[in-house]
Amino acid sequence: MLMQLAAIWNYLIVILLMMVGLFLVISRANLVKKLVGLSIFQTSVFLFYITLGRVSGGTAPILTDAPDTLYSNPLPHVLILTAIVVGVATTALGLALILRIRESFGSIEEDEILAAKNESAAADMAQAKPGAEA
Amino acid sequence: MNDGGLIAIFLQNLPVLVVVIPLLLAPVVAIITAPRLAWAISVAGVGGAFLAAILLQSITESIGRVTYHLGNWEPPWGIEFVVDSATSLTLVIMTGLAFFATLYARASLMSEIKHTDLGKCYAAWLLASGGLFGLVATGDAFNLFVFLEISALSSVILISMGAGADRRALSAGFNYLVIGAVGATFYVIGVGFVYAITGTLNIADLAARIADIGGGAALYAGFGFMIAGIMVKAAVFPVHIWLPAAYGYAPSAVSSLLAAIATKAALYVLARLLFTLFAGVPDITELAVTYVIVPLSLAGIFVGTVMAIYEKDIKLLLAHSSVAQIGYIALGFGLASSASVAASFVHIGNHALIKGGLFMAVGGFVAALGSRANLASFVGIGRRMPITATAFTVCGLSLAGLPLTAGFISKLYLVRAILAEGAYVITALVLLSSALSLIYLWKIIEVMWMQPAPAKAPNLAENPAIYVPLWIVALANIWFGVDASWLVAASRAAAAALLGGGL
Repeated sequence: MLMQLAAIWNYLIVILLMMVGLFLVISRANLVKKLVGLSIFQTSVFLFYITLGRVSGGTAPILTDAPDTLYSNPLPHVLILTAIVVGVATTALGLALILRIRESFGSIEEDEILAAKNESAAADMAQAKPGAEA
Repeated sequence: MNDGGLIAIFLQNLPVLVVVIPLLLAPVVAIITAPRLAWAISVAGVGGAFLAAILLQSITESIGRVTYHLGNWEPPWGIEFVVDSATSLTLVIMTGLAFFATLYARASLMSEIKHTDLGKCYAAWLLASGGLFGLVATGDAFNLFVFLEISALSSVILISMGAGADRRALSAGFNYLVIGAVGATFYVIGVGFVYAITGTLNIADLAARIADIGGGAALYAGFGFMIAGIMVKAAVFPVHIWLPAAYGYAPSAVSSLLAAIATKAALYVLARLLFTLFAGVPDITELAVTYVIVPLSLAGIFVGTVMAIYEKDIKLLLAHSSVAQIGYIALGFGLASSASVAASFVHIGNHALIKGGLFMAVGGFVAALGSRANLASFVGIGRRMPITATAFTVCGLSLAGLPLTAGFISKLYLVRAILAEGAYVITALVLLSSALSLIYLWKIIEVMWMQPAPAKAPNLAENPAIYVPLWIVALANIWFGVDASWLVAASRAAAAALLGGGL
């Protein structure tokens, strides 16, 4: 049993990271913590792909002179390079948005932002009463 | 190089040009500080894509299917762009609406966004458009993920641009970023599973190998993750929660662009996954459409409609109504008969015209009023801004599905397709929801036209730069309501290509 689990060790870590990340995204009200969760969630996928690319007994996919060398699959690594770039862009954009949210709402806690939004909604209706703009 | 050579190059590279023209112009536009020039280049970029899409449509109508190998790498090793009847119809609809939204954008964005941000805004606009076109054109499962993220990140930027007028745009943008990223990551997990068992990423090659494998836990997991991820992007109920705020608080021109093309691209991908990629495992796709997609679409239709009935803010109301309309499209795909899939394509086109037009009109009102458009500020606006209000009413009646409008054709073909399946309960539900949608439309139309404007309310100036593109779209709503033969024929061809194992 333990040996079997050890053999799929990487996949267990993938599942753990995935669940931790997704749980943080859903459960945290703090926007920065949400973004941390999102990054962990995305990282779990990077590990998933890298693990898929591993061929038992294979070496790093760098061309050698030996004719019958067994290589690991390099394609998932390349795909994940792309996904890492996407992840960085997502995090950067998210952090930039959090800065702007902090500037205009004065908070990065979801419930406080919601309260501020409800105030804005009430202000809209008051401002748009007939004749108010005339 | 002479002209003949250039035209030949243009024609040979059509599938990739639809995507590349907007994407390559984006960095050019980003460094331009003159808003008018940035806008002109954007119009040229999206217009170029529109032209390429029209040519592609005429090619697929005569020969059926065009492929393009990026960098001349043979598939399945290289990335392939595949355009068949379904792809080219979706592209024509998307590029066309994006083109008119871009024409319209200048005056509307001027009034809602800081002028120094306009260049960057157009850059994000081009990236979002190009990314969405790429989503439809690509024949590679991982490349699809990249386009998904290009379009999502640039859409978030566009939505957040609404912060100048309303700070709630920021949190709407953030929510879309997080939910969209989770959706895209789900998709990419699914691709990982499918890649693990097939060793390929080319969609046509994947479809063939999945048919050979025929089942297994990894395949089903991959299927579930991919479909769930794309449903988030397509805003199918219950993962639509990002949509109302995102469309409601984005600048009006952005709402018009995204409502017309963004979810349509994701719905197209959903259909591609169900009917092309996983066509070889009919047991699981049938399970998914019968027990997941059809019930969720119906739930979305009612939730969206009821939310719209209770909403007082016009843009949020239209966004809730979009959730319902997405439900109709997903329902057509879910029933999976050739007639219902064709009806879905008809509605993809018509709903793009309807919602594109409605958001354009709301942008006109917002620009003139200088405040948010809601039921209180709409009192008597029909008399104060007759040109815009009439176009709004035309598109609104089309949304409700009145005869002689495009919306009627959609409902007609959808209801016919459902009846042909013998699903009387679903037919009744669709008709009931259509009747309910009249409530929220009538609510707006009554306030606009039947109530007198407040005393001393001045007549508001209407800007031709806003109402000319708006009226083009409004007239298209009538045109496709009177003579739908082209759209219906193209949609039937699209359904045939999609269900016939297309790629």
